[in-house]
Amino acid sequence: MPMIEKLARRDFIRLGAVAGGSLFLGIAIPSSRAGGEGTTEAVLQPNAFLRIDPDGGVTIWLARSEMGQGVRTALPMIVADELDADWDRVKIVQADAHPDAYGRMMTVGSTSVRGGAWLALRRAGAAAREMLVSAAAAGWNVSPAECRTDAGMVFHEATGRSAGYGDLAGAAAQLPVPQQPTLKDPSRFRLIGTSVPQVDVREKVTGRAGYGMDVRVPDMLFATVVHPPVFGSRVGSIDATRALEVAGVRDVFAVSNGVAVVADSTWAAFKAAKLVDITWADTAFTMDSDAIFAHFAELLDGPGASARADGNTRSALAGAASRVSATYRAPYLAHATMEPMNCTAHVQSDRCEIWVPTQNPQGTQSTAARLTGLPADAVTVHVTYLGCGWGRRSGTDFVQDAVETAMKAGSPVQLVWTREEDMQHDFYRPAALHRLEAGIDAAGRVSALNVSIAAQPISGGRGGAIDGPAVASIADSPYAIPNFSVDYMRPDLAVPVGYWRSVGPSQNTFTLESFIDEVAHAAGRDPVELRVELLAGHPRLRHVVELAAREAGWGSTLPAGHARGIACVEDKGGLVAQVAEVSVENNEIRVHRVTCAADCGRIIHPGIVEAQLSGSVIAGLAAALHGEITIRNGRVAQSNFHDYPLLRMRETPRID
Amino acid sequence: MPLMTLRVNGSTHQVEAEPDTPLLWVIRDALNLTGTKYGCGVAQCGACTVHLDGQAVRSCITPVSTVGSQAITTIEGLSADGTHTVQNAWVAGEVPQCGYCQSGQVMSAAALLASNPRPTDAHIDAAMSGNLCRCGTYGRIRDAIHRAAGEG
Repeated sequence: MPMIEKLARRDFIRLGAVAGGSLFLGIAIPSSRAGGEGTTEAVLQPNAFLRIDPDGGVTIWLARSEMGQGVRTALPMIVADELDADWDRVKIVQADAHPDAYGRMMTVGSTSVRGGAWLALRRAGAAAREMLVSAAAAGWNVSPAECRTDAGMVFHEATGRSAGYGDLAGAAAQLPVPQQPTLKDPSRFRLIGTSVPQVDVREKVTGRAGYGMDVRVPDMLFATVVHPPVFGSRVGSIDATRALEVAGVRDVFAVSNGVAVVADSTWAAFKAAKLVDITWADTAFTMDSDAIFAHFAELLDGPGASARADGNTRSALAGAASRVSATYRAPYLAHATMEPMNCTAHVQSDRCEIWVPTQNPQGTQSTAARLTGLPADAVTVHVTYLGCGWGRRSGTDFVQDAVETAMKAGSPVQLVWTREEDMQHDFYRPAALHRLEAGIDAAGRVSALNVSIAAQPISGGRGGAIDGPAVASIADSPYAIPNFSVDYMRPDLAVPVGYWRSVGPSQNTFTLESFIDEVAHAAGRDPVELRVELLAGHPRLRHVVELAAREAGWGSTLPAGHARGIACVEDKGGLVAQVAEVSVENNEIRVHRVTCAADCGRIIHPGIVEAQLSGSVIAGLAAALHGEITIRNGRVAQSNFHDYPLLRMRETPRID
Repeated sequence: MPLMTLRVNGSTHQVEAEPDTPLLWVIRDALNLTGTKYGCGVAQCGACTVHLDGQAVRSCITPVSTVGSQAITTIEGLSADGTHTVQNAWVAGEVPQCGYCQSGQVMSAAALLASNPRPTDAHIDAAMSGNLCRCGTYGRIRDAIHRAAGEG
């Protein structure tokens, strides 16, 4: 199993690098080598992603954030496969933030594998392999085409010669870096597609894996922050008298987003934070959830922006043999990552060092540079393990809290939000109101569908612009309905919203798929059979639906009181169908079994994919059965897991 | 601040702490044993689970002044080298995703198996439903506990 090592020191060497097919010259590449600039050591480091040492050891830098989705294993597998590295000699090192050496480091939108990284990482490995082969071939005076590679060695079968990558590294480093290295034919993948042991499991079951809150820096103080409970509000005045009486409390002061409390321990900071007497200004936002949904309903009565307009939905609805309509509302949801927001910062006159569980290292670096006035290259950002991400850690609000607090404290500061602050100052999955109307023709086919959506926008833009996430998986639904329109109405509210696991499809799949079932019921159609018909033009998703139905025993006899439902979606390159078997007991929904079928294209690590799918079922059930953030008098009503419950083991169904 | 003597993972430690300080923060901030996690502070999530004389407790609501001479075991002290039967079962079953809750899960499971070496699914549900996992690793946790029971 590859070793994980945290590099104790960071030096920089300068060299040309090929990453993602583009040539970067003269960029600083983080390296653990002590040689520094101008090093002549016999190492091969053709790009930012990997290095081969003279002893044959391979170091692979991970430029995405590990938050449970398995990139710490899966992404290095891609590099190592193209390199034909000996996986047992691979060390994986988390990359510090860099503006461009690794391309985009933001870990969001299910892009780590299927985005640019797939090709960039393959090219990174293939370029090094090609250089090693060329170096070996030159030494042996044979053609590179006659050489093959396996497990960290180059072989020339005809003459029975072989050499290890470590022995070739120095000579290979003298060669030009190929800009378009030849990639493996997928049939020759050795690691990709296999469930190699995940590299970080032992650390995570022994308490050794370092999350943001586990960072310990000499002379570090502990801090927390109290944010304005009402959205859009700010600090008016502070009376810290009682807070400063708490043993171990050092200081209390205002920062941009609230009031910081600095202490000798996290507990002292938490305790004192409750005792700061704060007068809040600008508390004009007083809406509650009912008023918000009433506002959404008003918007749905008015004009919207057209996100889809196939055929003529209005006239098709008017001419339909029968019509079905429904309104769905989806609540705000909190991310509720198990590790609350936190960040450790040390700001000095000429540099700033940050340790943070973030999905956005580059945004962290630029945020800290802006706040401190330092150039970006004076800001070092170390990415720790993330105690869950789900999109919440793409924000930098907690970085701002920590950097501002550290600047004022004059010491390294670890700033941790309480669970209550985390729950009440999230960027929530947007609440949404959907109004749907379908037309059914005389033959029982769906002839028309209109979906009107009011949901706060996550993406930028103003006025009538369509928010992509708000209409995702509906505006681009593969259902073959000849007259299909989607309209978007854009609310403007003070409640902060953001990217939440799967983003728009989290509420839109629930809405559309629930409504398709209502349509099936009204048309006297079987829900699976109707979906198969609607997916006539999309054989891949149709196959996934049929597979889920078959594996779930769709149509077979169920225990009394049990029922089955099905839903499917295509999102971010993945096609999924699930069948849930449920009952209602004592007025509570019980989920007995969920059958999940998925087609996610090429799989790097089947074990990780299976874990992600099982986890997504549980995430979906937590949202469907329990998840609801409500707004009361301009603030979030929930505060912790007693009133924002997650799914527990005893509620977890059998998942197939 | 009062000085207290704690027995943690077989060693004796003198710590200065206010009596109401939850054991969690003494473990993490004074002793720098960071394997035990903060998740909620109100005994709702189980991330802070440690053993007091072998019993699983939520350290986030256990005032340090109530610990006395009881032996405290944290994830770091569950086994000398991280190869407790439960930890090995967790590795074999690749249980963790993000991993943040897993110290607490492992500690709860170890306490369960110490008192009930052959738990049924119902026993596991009862013992483990106080430990939240946002990633949804419950299926693998259940399998790993059965695996550990088979090997224990």
